[in-house]
Amino acid sequence: MNRDKKRYFGAYGGMFVPELLMPALRQLEEVFFEAQKDAAFQKEFQDLLTEYAGRPTALTRCRNLVENPRVTIYLKREDLLHGGAHKTNQVLGQALLALRMGKKEIIAETGAGQHGTATALACALLGLKARIYMGRKDMERQQPNVFRMRLMGAEVIPVDSGSGTLKDAVNEALRDWSASYMESHYLLGTAAGPHPYPTMVREFQRIIGRETRRQILEREGRLPDHVVACVGGGSNAIGMFADFLRDETVQLTGVEPAGKGLNSGHHGAAIHQGDKGILHGAYSYVMQGPDGQIEESYSISAGLDYPAVGPEHAWLHDSGRARYAAATDEEALAAFKLLCSKEGIIPALESSHALAYALKLAAESKHETLIVVNLSGRGDKDLELVNRILEEKSDA
Amino acid sequence: MRERYANMFKRLEAKNEGAFIPFVTLGDPDPETSLTIIRTLVENGADALELGFPFSDPIADGPTIQKASLRALQAGMTVEACFRLITDVRASYPELPVGLLLYANLVVHQGVEAFYARAEQAGVDAILLADVPLLEADLVEAAAQSCRIAPVYIAAPQAGQDILREIARRGSGYTYLLSRGGVTGTETSAGVPTGDIIRQLEAYGAPPAVLGFGISRPEHVRDALRHGAKGVFCGSAIVRIIEENVNRTSRLTEKLAAYVRAMKAATRPLDG
Repeated sequence: MNRDKKRYFGAYGGMFVPELLMPALRQLEEVFFEAQKDAAFQKEFQDLLTEYAGRPTALTRCRNLVENPRVTIYLKREDLLHGGAHKTNQVLGQALLALRMGKKEIIAETGAGQHGTATALACALLGLKARIYMGRKDMERQQPNVFRMRLMGAEVIPVDSGSGTLKDAVNEALRDWSASYMESHYLLGTAAGPHPYPTMVREFQRIIGRETRRQILEREGRLPDHVVACVGGGSNAIGMFADFLRDETVQLTGVEPAGKGLNSGHHGAAIHQGDKGILHGAYSYVMQGPDGQIEESYSISAGLDYPAVGPEHAWLHDSGRARYAAATDEEALAAFKLLCSKEGIIPALESSHALAYALKLAAESKHETLIVVNLSGRGDKDLELVNRILEEKSDA
Repeated sequence: MRERYANMFKRLEAKNEGAFIPFVTLGDPDPETSLTIIRTLVENGADALELGFPFSDPIADGPTIQKASLRALQAGMTVEACFRLITDVRASYPELPVGLLLYANLVVHQGVEAFYARAEQAGVDAILLADVPLLEADLVEAAAQSCRIAPVYIAAPQAGQDILREIARRGSGYTYLLSRGGVTGTETSAGVPTGDIIRQLEAYGAPPAVLGFGISRPEHVRDALRHGAKGVFCGSAIVRIIEENVNRTSRLTEKLAAYVRAMKAATRPLDG
């Protein structure tokens, strides 16, 4: 593997796309790195994050969640961000880049509809036309988000190919882009895909960890022992980790969705159970069968339901800088319920995976331990699903 | 490097003909019928073959070839079964150029060297990876060279001079020329290739340009050749005939035969 510093993280990453898309990716790369150095762009981005999205988000110390007196857990409250999840951060960044490239149309994919919703709101705000691909199965499961997107003026296009979920929506978005890249920008929703997306999404999400680091130093006078975030594609985790990478005393942990169990065949834990391979433009860990066909992922949380992982996480895993754990549906659900009842916060099922791992850490800690969990989104979107599951359980 | 593509272009040039190169997905709709289909293509005038390996996530393909992939996978097609099919084709047609068009994960998963070695053994002449652009060509270049398999690259409509020069330097066998963006399929017809790209490719000494994406009618073939392409690929139109005649093999072969003969005829000079 070629180890171009810019487009690879160790052996991972790259630009594995049809030649047709290379001019569009090269243009995006150039405009992104230019904008990073452009004070006017940065100011506009910061202003949007502050005045529109509501940054900085709070860092909340849990009062009742943990029984172990030696342990303190803080939550980084991305659930309070406009749109209800961290997704809004990077969507605003990419939408500004689209304007900078003179592109008026936005293509996006969405699984649960969170990235689609963030895309729709940014496009409404900035006068862009949004086309959002969503698996037909996901559209049925996430009706309220489909309605939200449409209210904000986005076109939501059902995807029937494959299994009709996120992976297929990405395929369809890429196909659209390869025909329309002259006029459209593909606003990819996570820190995966071909270069420059993993780097760009990290940089637009870096604000999460930057604020957290400052806030925890103000509150506790020291860095945390653990920083925990859930990992599907990995955008909230990489945004949280980025500013802590050099703080070697801080243990970074990404939590993958173990679904019905890591050995059940129904999970989305690409780092735990995947092989190295190429999906959607990047070389990374990918869930695949014995012949290299991509497998369907599964998770109770649609936002973690993706059969690969962003290439920087693959690298952080191999290099040992970050650790990757996994939480099952059951564990996430238990953490979800606990946070609701103990702290009055309804977390997204995605973020509940990170919380589940933090609770395990907390229970096992024999020393003073300071843990920060990225609460990447709020759980309103999950209420119907959780309600149904809990009812089924009480019936059983 | 094997000479089958070079020999084909030389032979066709002598007759003032262009190359007609059909594409099918190996194992579509099932391994046995697939072999019958391939034989029909060759017996009725295909100058070479472009063969796809079924893949779960074919991002460069439109609906017709996506469905072909699904049919083949549902019929239990594997990478090894694809190679066995190619071995049979090679045994029947020792001089026929055979190129593969597939997705990188299938190669990486087997191990690049192992995959290319197996391809060489099966009698493959060229490999084009749909999702490996020139920039990432190092992934397979050494393996391609040591297995004497031609690495093929795509000349896209917006390709700059530097890209065309790279194609000339690194590509062999043929150059896959695109006249439009998008994915495979006849929903959007082929545009006319800009004579500029073809002239530049020739000036840099690139392998002969063969036009693909959206070729479905004889006039597309004549247009492409008139603008300087050395041949055409025809995939989705052929795969659609397969799709429409699954489980009716004799009707399928009749339709395919007639279609291929008509398309091949369009590669010949009009008053020849």
